[in-house]
Amino acid sequence: MPDTNSNSAAVLIPQVSMPPISLRRRVMDHVMTGVSVLTVLLVLLPLFAIFAYLVYKGIGSINLAFLTQTPKPVGEPGGGMANAIVGSMVILGIASLLGVPLGIGAGIFLSEYGRNRYGDIVRFVSDVLNGVPSIVIGIVAYGLVVMRQKHFSALAGGVALAIMMIPTIARTTEQMLLLVPQAIREAAYGLGVSRWRTTISITLRTATSGVITGVMLAFARVAGETAPLLFTAFGNQFWNWKTDQPTAALSLQIFTYAISPFDEWHRQAWAGALVLIILIVGAVAAVRIAVRHGTLAGA
Amino acid sequence: MGVGITVEHLNAFYGKTQALFDVNIIVAANHATALIGPSGCGKSTFIRCLNRMHETIPEARVEGKVRIGDLSVYNGTSATQLRRRVGMVFQKPNPFPTMSIYDNVAAGLKLNGFRNRKRLDEVVHKSLHASALWDEVKDHLHKKSGASLSGGQQQRLCIARALAVQPEVLLMDEPCSALDPISTGKIEELIFQLKEQYTIVIVTHNMQQAARVAEFTGFFLLGKMIEFDKTERIFTNPSDKRTEDYVTGRFG
Repeated sequence: MPDTNSNSAAVLIPQVSMPPISLRRRVMDHVMTGVSVLTVLLVLLPLFAIFAYLVYKGIGSINLAFLTQTPKPVGEPGGGMANAIVGSMVILGIASLLGVPLGIGAGIFLSEYGRNRYGDIVRFVSDVLNGVPSIVIGIVAYGLVVMRQKHFSALAGGVALAIMMIPTIARTTEQMLLLVPQAIREAAYGLGVSRWRTTISITLRTATSGVITGVMLAFARVAGETAPLLFTAFGNQFWNWKTDQPTAALSLQIFTYAISPFDEWHRQAWAGALVLIILIVGAVAAVRIAVRHGTLAGA
Repeated sequence: MGVGITVEHLNAFYGKTQALFDVNIIVAANHATALIGPSGCGKSTFIRCLNRMHETIPEARVEGKVRIGDLSVYNGTSATQLRRRVGMVFQKPNPFPTMSIYDNVAAGLKLNGFRNRKRLDEVVHKSLHASALWDEVKDHLHKKSGASLSGGQQQRLCIARALAVQPEVLLMDEPCSALDPISTGKIEELIFQLKEQYTIVIVTHNMQQAARVAEFTGFFLLGKMIEFDKTERIFTNPSDKRTEDYVTGRFG
């Protein structure tokens, strides 16, 4: 750099002539870029492989009958999983109705009121609950709901999945609320807004997109769960619109069909898996688009 | 209209640390009062005691008497009721990032349950005019987020937001410290106009600013109010040696 500055401060800085960037550094730069691209591909590969294989195996069995009819007895061709698709939606709907408000509520408690020992206990319990095997949670729901109702039901399946959703939602909600600067809360307090109102209308509102990400993560995680539904929702070969009766679910149907010895059922299991993945991706994408639609420019 | 503020024997604490020692002051209605002093001297703590923002910090507490107009701040008044009458502008502009410009200004009223659409439009319009921001934002009140504005605009948005609740007192905690000279000039001009209707207490690190906008100035040092007098006197003929040292730049 030419020294055009003649004041004393500039003179004190020793002039260092930078050596040209060496070949080794340039090669290293390209190698590291290559490595990181490679790892991305490695991570994405299984995802695409699974999806592609599902499409390959399943697309042939997806037709109008598959999406509109109930399963046919063994030996009879045709039939579909319409009741399982609807059943899955009902069970996930119940799970979300129970799990999302409870999870978000727990997250609000942890972030806004839980900076103490009681909060630490809740955090610890929630982390442990996150690690409990899903089949154990199925047993809990069996004890809580099925034993009392005296029969399997969509409600029991929903409760099991809700229990699995709560810790994920609670912890991500907590983290997202903690990211909201204290200055934003103070701005609301300064306007005479009460604490609970600030939490709901300002803090939670500001963290919405993060909280929704947490909810969708929890939703996607439980949407494909089979084990907790085995002895709660139980499955059903027929239509059922009552939430207190045994209900079919896609994951259960896939499980039953996949372990059967019949080729026709295997094909239907592949188709069911493809439908399940499409439904999950569709639900997550729909929520994302809806959220983006409601966001302001520059927010 | 603005109301006066009387503070008697105010002590404030953060846990076991005492931040304010026996502060006494009478702030005149419809005037601007500046608080100056080196960093950490308790100026901000002091004005946060006036609208009970101090107690939002865990383990913070206050002793003493504060009266704002006919309202006893620490006796029988709820903090939320009080804060609707004592507005606050913070050091860093803090608009609500998910809200439109309009909603930012209307927030105080809306969140307190006020829903009359026509009245809200009116209040937003008036407040943005009062904070000299109207012309710059009138075309995208609903489309743009408060966070999309420049720093100076954001601060004027925050002033509009505080004014929309129609307070009697406006507390300003170093409102210009994050702004460039042009925005600072605009805000100072604003303070000049606002004091016709509001009582203003402004904390500032900038002594020229105190001299420009305030009729009265208080000097804080180490949690004590050293001197409180007419601004002119504080800067030309202070009665305390420490005040003189500070305003002439010998320390701090």
